[in-house]
Amino acid sequence: MSDFDRRSVLKAGLGGAALLAGPGIVPVRAAEWTNTPEPNASIRVLRWKQFIQAEFDKFAEQTKKFSEKTGIKVKLEAESWEDIRPKAAVAANVGAGPDLIVGTLDDPFKFPEKLIDVTDVADYLGKQYGGWYPVAERYGKKGNNWIAIPQGATGGCLNYRISHVKAAGFEEFPKDTAGFLKLCQALKKNNTPAGFALGHATGDANGWCQWALWAFGGKVVNDKNEVVLDAPETIAALEYVKQLYATFIPGVLSWNDSNNNKAFLNGELSLTLNGISIWTVGKNSPDPKQQEIAKDMNHAPMPIGPVGVPTEQQNVLVYYGYKHSKYPKAVKEYIKFMMDKENYDAWEVASNGYVSPPLPAYNDNPVWTSDPKITPYRDCLKRCRDNGYAGDLGYASAAVMGDFVVVDMFAEAASGQATPQEAAKRAAERAKRYYQV
Amino acid sequence: MAVMAEPVAAQVKRSSLWSRAFESRNFLGAMFMVPAIAILILFLAYPLALGFWLGMTDTKIGGVGRYIGFQNFVSLSKDSVFWLSVFNTIFYTVFASIVKFAIGLYLALLLNERLPFKSMLRAIVLLPFVVPTVLSAIAFWWIYDSQFSIISWVLIKAGLLTHYIDFLGDPWNARWSVVLANIWRGVPFVAITLLAGLQTISPSLYEAANLDGATNMQRFRHITLPMLSPIIAVVMTFSVLMTFTDFQLIYTITRGGPINATHLMATLSFQRAITGGNLGEGAAISNAMIPFLVAAILLSFFGLQRSRWQQGGRD
Repeated sequence: MSDFDRRSVLKAGLGGAALLAGPGIVPVRAAEWTNTPEPNASIRVLRWKQFIQAEFDKFAEQTKKFSEKTGIKVKLEAESWEDIRPKAAVAANVGAGPDLIVGTLDDPFKFPEKLIDVTDVADYLGKQYGGWYPVAERYGKKGNNWIAIPQGATGGCLNYRISHVKAAGFEEFPKDTAGFLKLCQALKKNNTPAGFALGHATGDANGWCQWALWAFGGKVVNDKNEVVLDAPETIAALEYVKQLYATFIPGVLSWNDSNNNKAFLNGELSLTLNGISIWTVGKNSPDPKQQEIAKDMNHAPMPIGPVGVPTEQQNVLVYYGYKHSKYPKAVKEYIKFMMDKENYDAWEVASNGYVSPPLPAYNDNPVWTSDPKITPYRDCLKRCRDNGYAGDLGYASAAVMGDFVVVDMFAEAASGQATPQEAAKRAAERAKRYYQV
Repeated sequence: MAVMAEPVAAQVKRSSLWSRAFESRNFLGAMFMVPAIAILILFLAYPLALGFWLGMTDTKIGGVGRYIGFQNFVSLSKDSVFWLSVFNTIFYTVFASIVKFAIGLYLALLLNERLPFKSMLRAIVLLPFVVPTVLSAIAFWWIYDSQFSIISWVLIKAGLLTHYIDFLGDPWNARWSVVLANIWRGVPFVAITLLAGLQTISPSLYEAANLDGATNMQRFRHITLPMLSPIIAVVMTFSVLMTFTDFQLIYTITRGGPINATHLMATLSFQRAITGGNLGEGAAISNAMIPFLVAAILLSFFGLQRSRWQQGGRD
């Protein structure tokens, strides 16, 4: 009996419950939420601009519902998520502006002391729905406290033309980097090329370049935040991408986040990294050519490299409220309301699976299985690493990404502007300038 | 009562001093200058001083920086991307300014002649200046698109090309492409300002030259150019300053890519300060632009001095 004390029984019980809660079967326990918003509260919310209109409409509808229910007035504004970053920075710096921002990645880690502590919201959601994905926790938590609540990720998967991949000799989409290279080479040979952004495209270029770096064991920093970019693993990744680049459609060095969408829907591209928007736009387009392309499309996770585990980088979206807000409790109430499963699910359905959820319990939403083409987007955060890997999220990780250090390194090596060795060395020097601080 | 009388007397004395001061032309002049000086200090001197200060600190977004002296500049001096942006800025400014001047002068001379539909032509010349910069930048972004470029499409349809031109994907193509966009955008300013200058030149000078049998080239060289030089100095100063500090065109068309080949100091400053979060370094990059800008202003200043001398004034 001594082997089964109360503590171990409790542990086993919680573990089992957590296992069940993981796939979204049951919540661990009904969490308590005690928050009394300030009377006559009024908040200003700035969020990322929609790629899918129905998604934003639903978000606005939910916001209205929130106001009706709580009496808290919400002024909702939207900006391109590229433009939110400067606005968020200015708001943090001057102590005025929106009360709440739904922005991207590690922006909150650039000014954590300016943000409302949202640990209670995170704890509530985590307990209520069986825990966060580890990467979501990384994007929300600084030390022991949460400074942001992950909304999900505008999931990035490989978008490909089924018929072109089959014509290239692949019945199934390759799951490893070696097969992926062979596929790209065969697509090029058939004059139905792949194309991945290598310009200063924050979402797409960073997304696939970080994947490639990590897939071969490379990383900007180690777990002590020491720059280790100039390493054989990085060179291997650069050599690999150099071979991939040779198979790409011309012009990718200039591509920003919208180029691949346009080229794909124009029938000039067979394979790229993107959110689900190409397919959704094509499916809903009045143009029969685009509808045809959407029918011939499918999605797949990024292939696994020599490291043997998924190494995706995703555009994670985060809620963060400012301390300068006069109504911090109203801000937290709003986040909690929008993240509650019932509301989140309805919004997710409207967005057609545009945002990959940060809580595994939300994976049971029927939208993910309503069409098998949507399913790969469901698990984006499960396969994802944070962009500070293997170090901390913070000023330096955000700066390295904001300054396109990794993207420029791949672009230099791939285009032959520098050898892989030179490119890795130069990028390491650039990264060191940020990590020295 | 005596106790009360003394402060009243002092008040009267002060009041009369105040009144007398306002009767002084010098004092009144100074008082009229106060609002202007306050505006200059608040909106020009303070931001500039703040920029200088930030450049000497390690300020991050949302944080309070500490003074680090010239450390940002030392760090930038070892930064290959910074030096590339300096090169790009000088390249962009020199080529765009020269071509803008040449085309602007040509258009000004043309529009100064008796032409049919002259007013309409002047309006057309002004069009690029009227369109918001971001809109024209988006238009150029489409014109240079790697898959949908109208230029490539026309050339291919005409059988002159087999592949689309990689306008923005090749470093040198991208540099020339953004220079061209800036030229299109900047020519109207040069043309219209020079046209205004041309119209101040007295026709009697040309009539006298005609009587003396001067050729067109001689008239241009000995009358137009000297008379226009003060305007040229002003126009070129502004043109150089605006080109050197350009941000919107580059940020919209290339965001500094490919591989930083079109990053200007202004765009790099924004990227480092706002996107990267390092306000101190971003400010230092902006401060590094100042010597170049001062040089351009000094050049113009001496140009103006010289033209005053040419007109018979004293240096």
